Amino acid sequence: MVTFTLAGHLYGVDVDAVQEVLRGLPRTRIPLAPGGLAGLINLRGQVLSAVDLRAQLDLPSRDADQEPMLVVIRVAGEPVALLVDTIGSVVDVDADQFEPPPDTLSGTSREVLLGTYKLEHQLLLALDVERAVAA
Amino acid sequence: MDEIDEIVQEFLVESHENLDQLDRDLVALEREPDSRDLLGSIFRTIHTIKGTSGFLAFGNLESVTHVGENLLARLRDGKMSMTPQTTDVLLAMVDTVRELLAAIEAQGTEGSVDVTAVVQRISSILDGTTTPDPEPTAVAEVVPGLPAEPVAEPVEEVVARRNVADSSIRVDVELLDTLMRLVGELVLTRNQIVRQAGEQEGLELVRSAQRLNLIATELQEGVMSTRMQPIDHLWSKLPRVVRDLGATCGKQVSLAMVGRETELDRSLLESVKDPLTHLVRNAVDHGLESPEDRVAAGKPAEGVLTLRAYHEGGQVVVEVCDDGAGIDPERIAAKAIDKGLRTAAQLAQLAPTDVLQLIFLPGFSTAAAVTNVSGRGVGMDVVKTNIESIGGTIEVESVVGRGTTCRLRIPLTLAIVPALTVECAGDRYAIPQVSLLELVALDADRAATAVEDVNGASVYRLRGALLPLVRLTDVLGVESDRSDGHVLIAVLHAEGKRFGLVIDRVLSTEEIVVKPLGARLKALGTYSGATILGDGRVALILDVQALARRALTAEALERGAASAVAETQRATGEHLRMLVAGIGGGRRVAIPLSSVTRLENIAASSVELVGSREVVQYRGAILPLLRLDRHLGAISERDGDDLVVVVYSAGSRSVAIVVDEIIDIVDEEADVHSDVDDHGLLGSALIRDRIVEVLDVRAAILAADPKFYTAPELEAGLHDQLQQAV
Repeated sequence: MVTFTLAGHLYGVDVDAVQEVLRGLPRTRIPLAPGGLAGLINLRGQVLSAVDLRAQLDLPSRDADQEPMLVVIRVAGEPVALLVDTIGSVVDVDADQFEPPPDTLSGTSREVLLGTYKLEHQLLLALDVERAVAA
Repeated sequence: MDEIDEIVQEFLVESHENLDQLDRDLVALEREPDSRDLLGSIFRTIHTIKGTSGFLAFGNLESVTHVGENLLARLRDGKMSMTPQTTDVLLAMVDTVRELLAAIEAQGTEGSVDVTAVVQRISSILDGTTTPDPEPTAVAEVVPGLPAEPVAEPVEEVVARRNVADSSIRVDVELLDTLMRLVGELVLTRNQIVRQAGEQEGLELVRSAQRLNLIATELQEGVMSTRMQPIDHLWSKLPRVVRDLGATCGKQVSLAMVGRETELDRSLLESVKDPLTHLVRNAVDHGLESPEDRVAAGKPAEGVLTLRAYHEGGQVVVEVCDDGAGIDPERIAAKAIDKGLRTAAQLAQLAPTDVLQLIFLPGFSTAAAVTNVSGRGVGMDVVKTNIESIGGTIEVESVVGRGTTCRLRIPLTLAIVPALTVECAGDRYAIPQVSLLELVALDADRAATAVEDVNGASVYRLRGALLPLVRLTDVLGVESDRSDGHVLIAVLHAEGKRFGLVIDRVLSTEEIVVKPLGARLKALGTYSGATILGDGRVALILDVQALARRALTAEALERGAASAVAETQRATGEHLRMLVAGIGGGRRVAIPLSSVTRLENIAASSVELVGSREVVQYRGAILPLLRLDRHLGAISERDGDDLVVVVYSAGSRSVAIVVDEIIDIVDEEADVHSDVDDHGLLGSALIRDRIVEVLDVRAAILAADPKFYTAPELEAGLHDQLQQAV
C-alpha cells in the first residue's frame, strides 16, 4: 500500500491504483463545485480534477502555508488527483493485520474507510478509493 | 475523362482492395477447395462489385461479375466442385475485372475491353457442357486491353495521375483522433514556448519560437484537414430524397447545390445529417407550392431548392433555400397564440423576423395537416437542439411569396476553438469566440452613469439599446478583485439573446484545445470544458448557452417577473412610430402610433358619467374615457379646463385615452425590453435617450371598454393593426 498522512493520521491506498505521486502543481479552483473538488490540475496536458481528502473525510482544512502533495490514482479508468499532507512510503501489509473499522466510527469516515491495518507502531487506515472520490 | 465522379473513385478504391483480397482467396482456395468460408468470401466480393457496377451502369463489368457470381454461388452451395479449370476461369475473370477497372479509372468509361470471351468460358462451365481446354488464347485476347484506342494517351494519363488505389489509404479514425489530440498538445506547448520566448532576451530563441509557431499551425491545419470531408458526402443523398418527396407531394422540384466542396469535420458532418435532411424535407413539403399554385402566382411550375455551403468567419454556413410561398409571420403569430406559446402582447413587440424564429419553439408545427412526410414528431425544435448541441446556430428568413431560407452556422471543428480568455476574481476563464459579439470597456466615471438599473437588473445602453448585464462574479459566487470601478463587458450572444457579461479583465484571444470535464463538473451547467493555457495552468471554459439560460431567467425570476414574460426577455430591434406622451410624475409612455386615429383637445366639462364610467361625446358617438395616469398609477400634473386625448379606434368602436401632454412622435429604431413586468406596460424602450414605458394598448383599452374586443371581426382587425405596428 502507498501511505500518506492527513492531519496526523496514516492512510493508505492500494499501490495498484496509484499512477504517480507529485509535488504541488498549480490548481485552478472551480467556483460552484462541491467542496471536495479542490480544483483542476494540468498533468502533462491532461486535465484532472483534484479531490481534497481532508474535505472528503471531514477533517479540518490544511494550514494555508502547507503545500499539499498529489497522489494520482485511477478510478474507473480515469485519473484523479488526491490532495494529501505528506507522502509516506510503500508498505506491505498482511491480510491478518486487517480489521474492519471500529463500530464506534460513524459519519463520512466510516463510508470511505475499508478498515485498518494494525502496523507495529501505528494504525494504517485503508481508503476505499472510489468512495473517497465520489463522496 | 478528367472528371471522375467521386462515387466512382470510391468504388475504384474499394474494388482494388477487394480484388487483392480475391487473388489471395482464390489461390488459397486451390489448396483447400472445399473451404466454404473462402468461397463465401469470394462470392461476397464479386457480389459487391456486381452490385455497384450495376448501380453505376458499367454494363460489361456487371455482366462479367454476374456470370462469375453464378459460378461462385454453385461452388459455394456445393453444386459444383473446384477444378483447376474453374480456378483458371475465375482468375481470368478477376483479371478482366481489373482491366475494366483500369479502363474506368483512365477514361471514366469501360472503354473497349472485351468481355465476351470470359463470359463465354464461365457460361460454358456453368452449363457443364464442356470443360474446354483452358483456351490459353482467351486470356491472351483479354489482356491487350484497349486495343482500338490510341493506346499511348490513356496510359500516360494513368501514370500521371497515379493509380487511385495507390494515392489514397484508409486510416483508422481512431488514429486520426489520436493525431488530433497530439496536435492539440503541441499547440499548447507551442503557446507556452511562444509566451516564454516573448519574455526572453535571446533573439535566437524568439526566432525558433516563431518557426515552431508556424510549423505547429500548419501541422494543426494539416491534421484537421485529414478529418475534413466535403459536405457533398451529405448532399449526395439528397437529390434522391428530393425527387421521391417531390413525386409523393406532387411537386416539381429542381435541386441546385452550391459549394459542394465545402469541408467540415467528419464528426460534425454526421451530426448535421439529420437536421439537414429534415430541413430539405420541410422545404419540399411545406415550402414549395404545387405546380398549379406556382403558375397562378406567376412563377415557373418547377420549384427550385438551393443548397448552399460556404465558409464564413471560421464557421461553415449551410443554407437551405426554396423559392416557395414563404412563411407568413402572421400565421406563425396566430399559431403561437393558438398554442399558448406566446401572448398577443408579447408578439406585438417582436419584429417579423423574430416572429419567424418561433417555429423553433418546442410544440410548434406549422403543418396544417400532418402528412406522411413531415409532422412525424421531429419538429424544428429538435433540429435547433441538434444544431445547438454541436455549437451551431440556426435561423430562418422568409419573404412571403418569394421563399424561405434556413441558415445553419456550424463550427469547423469541435476540438480546437478560438476563445477569449478573461479574468474574474483572479481566475481565468475562456469564452468561445463564437458567442462573443464585442467588448466594451468603461472607465470608472462612465461606468457610474452608463450602467443603469431597471428594477434591480443592471442594464447598459449599447448604442442606444438596452443590454442586460450579468456579473460573472455573481454567477460564480466569487468576489471581484476589481475595486477601481472600471467595468468590462463582454457582449455575448446565445440562445437568441444578447447579454453583457461583466468580467474583471480581458487577457487575450488564443486557440484553445477543449478538454472534456468529468460528469460531476459538467452537471454544474456552468462550464463546457477546460483548457490548458499558455503558462500550463488550467482554465475553465464558460458554457455561454447555459449561462444565458441560467443567469437571465434566474434574474428575471428574482425580480418576480412572470416566467412567461421572462422567457421572451430579449432585445428586439423594432422599427415603429411611437407617440410619446407624458402622464405626470415625469413618466413618459409610448403608444404605437398605428393604434392612434386622432389627437384631440376636449373641454374637461364635456366629460359625462355613465354608471361609474367616464365618457365623452365625440363626433356623434360616445367614447369611453381612459385616464392613463390612473391606469398606470401616476398622478396627473395637468390642471386646466381641457383634456388631451388620444383617440384610438378599431372597427366601429373607439376609446379616448387621456394623457397629460403629447411630447413627441418618434420614428426610430426602438429596442423594446419586455423585462419590466408592470401592470399595463409591455416593457421599456429607449427613445431619444430617455427610458420610456411602452403601453400595453390592449390592456388599456380593455380597462376603458371591456367589450371592445368581443366582436370577432374586431379582434381580427386589431390583430392586423398590431401586425402592421410591428
